[in-house]
Amino acid sequence: MKVIPSKILYIDLSRRRFWIEDRKELFEEWVGGSGVAIKLLEEECPKNANPLEPENPIIFAVGPFTGFYPIASKTVAMFKSPLTGNLGESHCGGRSALAIRMAGYGAIVIKGASETPVYLAIHGEKAYFREASAIWNMANSYTVGRILRDREPGAGARTIMRIGRAGEKLISYACVVTETYRHFGRLGLGAVFGSKKLKAIVVSGRRSLPLVDPKAYREIYKEIFTLLVESPSMKKYHELGTSMNVNPLNELKALPTRNLKEANFDEAEKISGESFAKDFLGRRLACAHCPVSCIHLAALRMPYDSEPYFYKTKMISYDYETIYSLGSMIGIGNPKELLKLLDEVEALGLDAISTGVALAWATEAQEKGLISINETNGLNLKWGDAETYLKAIRFLVNQVNDFYKALGKGIEYASNIYGGKEFALAFGGNEMPGYHTGLAAHLGFLIGSRHSHLDCAGYSIDQKIVATGKKSTIEELTEELINEEAWRQILSSLVICFFARGIYKPELIIKAFKPLGMEFTEDSLKKIGRKILKAKYEFKVREGFKLNKLRIPERIFQTSAPAGEILKESIAKALSLAEEKLTNLP
Amino acid sequence: MIACNRRFGEAGVAKSSIHVRSAGGIERGFIVLVCRACIDPPCMKVCPTNALSKRIGGGVILNSSKCVGCKLCVNACTIGAIFWDEENEKPVICVHCGYCVDYCPYNVIRMEEIS
Ligand code: SF4
Ligand code: SF4
Ligand code: SF4
Repeated sequence: MKVIPSKILYIDLSRRRFWIEDRKELFEEWVGGSGVAIKLLEEECPKNANPLEPENPIIFAVGPFTGFYPIASKTVAMFKSPLTGNLGESHCGGRSALAIRMAGYGAIVIKGASETPVYLAIHGEKAYFREASAIWNMANSYTVGRILRDREPGAGARTIMRIGRAGEKLISYACVVTETYRHFGRLGLGAVFGSKKLKAIVVSGRRSLPLVDPKAYREIYKEIFTLLVESPSMKKYHELGTSMNVNPLNELKALPTRNLKEANFDEAEKISGESFAKDFLGRRLACAHCPVSCIHLAALRMPYDSEPYFYKTKMISYDYETIYSLGSMIGIGNPKELLKLLDEVEALGLDAISTGVALAWATEAQEKGLISINETNGLNLKWGDAETYLKAIRFLVNQVNDFYKALGKGIEYASNIYGGKEFALAFGGNEMPGYHTGLAAHLGFLIGSRHSHLDCAGYSIDQKIVATGKKSTIEELTEELINEEAWRQILSSLVICFFARGIYKPELIIKAFKPLGMEFTEDSLKKIGRKILKAKYEFKVREGFKLNKLRIPERIFQTSAPAGEILKESIAKALSLAEEKLTNLP
Repeated sequence: MIACNRRFGEAGVAKSSIHVRSAGGIERGFIVLVCRACIDPPCMKVCPTNALSKRIGGGVILNSSKCVGCKLCVNACTIGAIFWDEENEKPVICVHCGYCVDYCPYNVIRMEEIS
């Protein structure tokens, strides 16, 4: 017996039908998560599909370790991205993964579109199409969560995914918020929800999963649990969270600042993980079935404008990436102002990275006279001016004029119209993550299938170069990036939180599969990883992606990076090498 | 929850007798629901078939073969610490074994003798 998720819940929003299929072979061959999702995307998404038409499917997939092992706590979403026009892939924790598996599924496929606002309630075997007109266009995604929490059963073992106004307005980088503080953030899943008039999805279930060898399971569980709890790096994630990186990256001069005009922010200390922990930390949270709990919430007391001595206290989540994008990248060094921006972005359901980078580009474009107050709707965007940025974010989500409409399609698109491409920091159409460490980081953004820092972690290669002074050749670098990305396909198919990548090594994974009745070798796992990466790359190419056509923003050559000068020739060479390697992945 | 379920040689949450849910949204934090081992257990008193008997040291012991699945005990527990096993249509009741305690890295739960 093999214990593997096999059931897929199919939902057709157009016909308001659902059915369940058993696809055991699919999970056997492609593991789960990213592997299964890319195959389902190939099946369900027609070539050249319009990302915002009913033909674009939404796939959610969890993996064989979900519900079994700690920190296997993420769900993979796949869709065609409205931001990049090719592969949309986003990972999210919260309770999403556990809830999907406990409801009995390995994957959920959502097709078609509803004519009127709808939300889906999936409780075990049953799916319900529920009226969502009353919660459509609600100002705050927190409120939507609160309402669904009261209306739906399954407290404690359920996930509530929902979009905010940004998704309804089809902003290309709208996110899906789950459990208030976790997100399917990047690449615009929120807009795909919006295009389907799908406001939210609630999933709940309570079941147990059989085992082939319960005794071995308990032992290996204990081993993994102990590793996780005792690992010093996990302790750091718990203490400070990802924002522990603000100070070190700033000291390294790798923290993109003011649209990467600089890579060092004079006010970084004030918005560092240490400062937030000391002055604002109100609560730590974990995704379901994770002992680490890296999620940090700041408690911010805000006065009401209307009345003296009248306050509300808000819990606002912060992370390294969001501190970078809505902090240093737009020159915000005041932690309270930064939290207000984070809160607004959460309430509206925007991807925080893309939003910050878009504001940074717009600020510089206005500085350079490429756009004026006619475009900005009367605003003078200034580094560090949070009040004005708050207004800009609302104009963006309300799509008040052509400029904000263009900005809502991403800066690749907006800079095509208004100019300023040299400093439009998007890679493959996706706005830049917060690492200006060197060549490897930027190469990773370019060749990674999601154009994300998490694809192949180039920044950590750069940091190694800085620490040891040992440089690699372009060939070695490209090889290393692609190998890392291929291996991560296994993690994202199981689906393990990447923060535990140092613990879930091949040997451990092989051991953990045994009580589930499955045998792998390191080689067989790595081979599957390459196969998944190849399938993702092929999907991108099918949808018109070309590595050698990628635009490289000039700015990255102008601002010096700690791992050494970044040369155009090196990037060009690496891109052609990468193309060859990805095309010929075994 | 998952630790508790593991005692039964299965993964998942269906047989867990400890439950965690948010206190009205996770921004408010969490509530851990678990039997507190009443000395005079209200759940036992309502059981029509005497499937529940007093446990030494507090709480109750379930005799599954006597249980008819009426759910009266679920409603009788004031703190909501009896859960329902949908797969077997029987209540899930804490046996106070303390297995879960080892899997709480932040010392939220612990075992204590009550007098
Ligand atoms: S380490 Fe953080 S993101 Fe990863 S599963 Fe745990 S709480 Fe979630
Ligand atoms: S569900 Fe079973 S144990 Fe509970 S009151 Fe009814 S018969 Fe007794
Ligand atoms: S289940 Fe509830 S009523 Fe029964 S002994 Fe435990 S706490 Fe008391």
